[in-house]
Amino acid sequence: MDLAALVALNVVNGAASLVLLCLGLAIIFGMMRIINLAHGEFVMLGAYAAVISANAGVNIYIAMLIVAPLCVGLVGLIVERCLIRFLYGRLVDSMLATWGLSLLIVGIVTTIFGNTMQGVPTPLGGFSIGAYRTSWYTIFLAAVALVVLAAIYGVLRYTRFGLVARAVMQNPEMAAVLGVNPARIYMATFSLGAAVTGLAGGVLAPVSGITPVMGGAYVAKAFITVVGGGAAIISGTTSASALFGLVNQLGAYFTTPVYGEVILFIAATVLIRLMPQGISGRFFRGTI
Amino acid sequence: MSPLLEVAGLRAGYGRVPILAGISLAMAEGEFLGILGHNGMGKTTLMKTIMGSIPATAGSIRFAGEDVTGLATHRRSRLGLGLVPQGREIFPTLSVEENLRMGLAAAKREDRALIDEVLEDFPRLVRLLDRRGGALSGGEQQLLALARCLCARPKLILLDEPTEGIQPSIIEEMIETLQALRRRWSLSMIIVEQNLDFITQLSDSVLSIQKGRITGEVDRERLIAGDVAMIPA
Repeated sequence: MDLAALVALNVVNGAASLVLLCLGLAIIFGMMRIINLAHGEFVMLGAYAAVISANAGVNIYIAMLIVAPLCVGLVGLIVERCLIRFLYGRLVDSMLATWGLSLLIVGIVTTIFGNTMQGVPTPLGGFSIGAYRTSWYTIFLAAVALVVLAAIYGVLRYTRFGLVARAVMQNPEMAAVLGVNPARIYMATFSLGAAVTGLAGGVLAPVSGITPVMGGAYVAKAFITVVGGGAAIISGTTSASALFGLVNQLGAYFTTPVYGEVILFIAATVLIRLMPQGISGRFFRGTI
Repeated sequence: MSPLLEVAGLRAGYGRVPILAGISLAMAEGEFLGILGHNGMGKTTLMKTIMGSIPATAGSIRFAGEDVTGLATHRRSRLGLGLVPQGREIFPTLSVEENLRMGLAAAKREDRALIDEVLEDFPRLVRLLDRRGGALSGGEQQLLALARCLCARPKLILLDEPTEGIQPSIIEEMIETLQALRRRWSLSMIIVEQNLDFITQLSDSVLSIQKGRITGEVDRERLIAGDVAMIPA
């Protein structure tokens, strides 16, 4: 019983981490069809922003939840203006350019901060389920994931910006005919996606090894979850994260964590073969 | 009074394929101008070039006293140009109400009263407000596209083949709605069509377009008589 609760908690944790890692990518890929191969580096920058400001004396929660998304959102804004805006509609070019960008960011961060970084301790401590101990931070991650999901859904569904963003995503030319400047919306959505990614990096920082190349560990998982989820940002990301989180953690429980990852990728490959449009292309058509 | 829209020597095309070969026309405020032509003569290209979706390669477009030839589409829209495009281009996963709200997207403040006012002329849409745009019939979508365009309060509406694939009862309804709107709102409109009846009932004058050029004004008497030979081949 205790063990079941622990495994359930791990599944929730795995799904929450995936949601956080993927949402920013889902926004950027889902809205603009830009494959941002520098996504992992955005996560890394968020982690660095959180760790550096926390070590400089900023409250750890402010560092994770405010400094990290603001910094990476700003980086996203600059990247969009200087690079991405020339690449809309050019899928392969955008992959090459963002891959180059990821190498550049890794290089800059390594030059400035070196190969390793003093991390921050995981806040909140732990609690016991029967004979097992686990950390409150797991619950915190899940709560952050839920809040971010709800916030993005609220913005897309109920605000004027969200309406215009959804319209531009469906038909930029018609939106322009109605007086909307699609370039402005793309700029705002790219920064928003980057900020959400920075937030993910921030809250994952206390439970990750902080190095300039840490992004590499996230980018494949994030992409496969976004593709598995399909075009709908919220319902697609949530369903794919829940499914893959479950598969990953159960696989890890019955075998080893390494096989857990392997099983995750096999499951994702099979899913995408069966549903090329992703989960939301089959089951949640027309949702956000 | 200077014309509301003045197009001079306009050329445009897709890539290296020229479609418009020097279009010139002018229309006054309050005028309903028809443009008649077969498929492939450049009607839709003309509408898109006036709206700015396709760049002009030569010539000029003046609208409301301003040269808009080099302006981006959304800027032209904010000056008061509205387009009801061929194929209607309804946002399929947005609800009917959200599609109408997109008509207010360029306004500083979203004034829902404008939508209610427009809906008075489109009673058929009122009970569909919660429906997804993509779930509407072709005729309903056409009414929605027109209503959405009106929400932006344009000075000039470009209406691109509104009767294409639409059931006759809705075509009648559209003619009545447009005539009623014209009386109340002092609208100006360019109607591009192949449907003789529709264009005759709504236009003050009708130009014919052929191979990317305006070939002259179509004789109204013969249009009313339904002389199909009038359509330039």
